[in-house]
Amino acid sequence: MKPTPSQTVGPFFGYALPQAGGGDLAPAGHPDAVVVHGHVYDGAGDPIPDALLEFWQADPAGSLTGKPGSMRRDHVDGSFAGRDGVRFTGFARVATDADGHWALRTLPPGAATPGRPPYISVCVFARGLLQHLYTRVYLEPGTDPLLASLDPGRRATLLATPESPGVYTHDIRLQGDGETVFLDFG
Amino acid sequence: MGDPLTQADIDREIADIGAAVAKAVAAGEPEPERVTRDYPPYRSSLLRHPRHPLILTEEAEVELRGPVFGVTDVTDLDRDLTLHHTGEPLGERITVTGRILDRAGRPVRGQLVEVWQANAAGRYAHQRDQHPAPLDPNFTGTGRCLTDDEGRYSFVTIKPGAYPWKNHVNAWRPAHIHFSIFGTAFAQRLVTQMYFPNDPLFPYDPIYNSVTGEAARQRMIARYDHDLSSPEWSLGYRWDIVLDGPSATWMEEGR
Ligand SMILES: [Fe+2]
Repeated sequence: MKPTPSQTVGPFFGYALPQAGGGDLAPAGHPDAVVVHGHVYDGAGDPIPDALLEFWQADPAGSLTGKPGSMRRDHVDGSFAGRDGVRFTGFARVATDADGHWALRTLPPGAATPGRPPYISVCVFARGLLQHLYTRVYLEPGTDPLLASLDPGRRATLLATPESPGVYTHDIRLQGDGETVFLDFG
Repeated sequence: MGDPLTQADIDREIADIGAAVAKAVAAGEPEPERVTRDYPPYRSSLLRHPRHPLILTEEAEVELRGPVFGVTDVTDLDRDLTLHHTGEPLGERITVTGRILDRAGRPVRGQLVEVWQANAAGRYAHQRDQHPAPLDPNFTGTGRCLTDDEGRYSFVTIKPGAYPWKNHVNAWRPAHIHFSIFGTAFAQRLVTQMYFPNDPLFPYDPIYNSVTGEAARQRMIARYDHDLSSPEWSLGYRWDIVLDGPSATWMEEGR
């Protein structure tokens, strides 16, 4: 069957899709939690304040089963209730701030394929972007067929930069100098 | 900075791109099935699309799986956008329903569908929407539901109004409902817009026309279905959605 085409997420998704705490994927107070944060930039190098990032990853044991509860609702008043603080759902959603900045607080993914470096899958939406883009964040060094196929400059756009213990920076550039590698899964 | 951009300027750009597509199709190329990320008539796309080609990788174990949602992620009221306040919203009450399928025609079961839209006057309940049309205290315009075992979703809402935007002078968006859909694989993710039949604004809108294939554009338009209309109550629209995705998600069992 022919696919339904994509259209931009537009400027007004903010009251529908993100929720407070959407980037807090790690259970509250978990000792292994890490922070990955950065900006999203356009082709002029300006930060994008109306982008939406989604993250999907394996749990620390490498399981991709996922768990419900990423968008838990308060069944009394219908508002967002946040995650239950215990179960690791594997999915997070974060809108960029007014300065184009985002932050994800998660547990490092385990290897879904033994011997391959684990990664966090990222889906990027924005006003002006007519179809979402997929990219990845690798937290630890290692190689796999995708990384090996890229020249070092482009490969670097998929690798998070350690900033301090447990904190990584990672910028996403939609266009131009340092343009992030975006993926097609065939 | 030249003269302000007019609808005639945008019409010309849309027509030029359309003519180039028609010429390619006449020369034997397939009609485009997908949206064009680099679509200059939609000015905001200029700096927000990659210039490098996407990198093909079929090593996508993570992306061939995806997030799961459940009864904790929706409430029963979430699918009826007319019940989110103490009073009834103004406008034409409608139901919108359809099925979510993968490219093999299999239903996408138990997945999350989210919608957001302007009110009947064409105004979003969002601070950045400064269109001087009335807000409706009884309408927020966001909804969600999980698909059933046949892949069906269903919403009750009011028909959104057209609204102006600042792409060019006198730019107006055709009425639409924004949809966000999850497949069984993260690689099947879809965010799109559902349009209403016979909207007179279609030819003028660069976002709608960023899908340059006519058959593909038609797949974004719901159809009026009288059997879905409810006597003395609401009008019905039907819109089926087919999720794109890597061949691994539809040629064979995807995992
Ligand atoms: Fe809209």
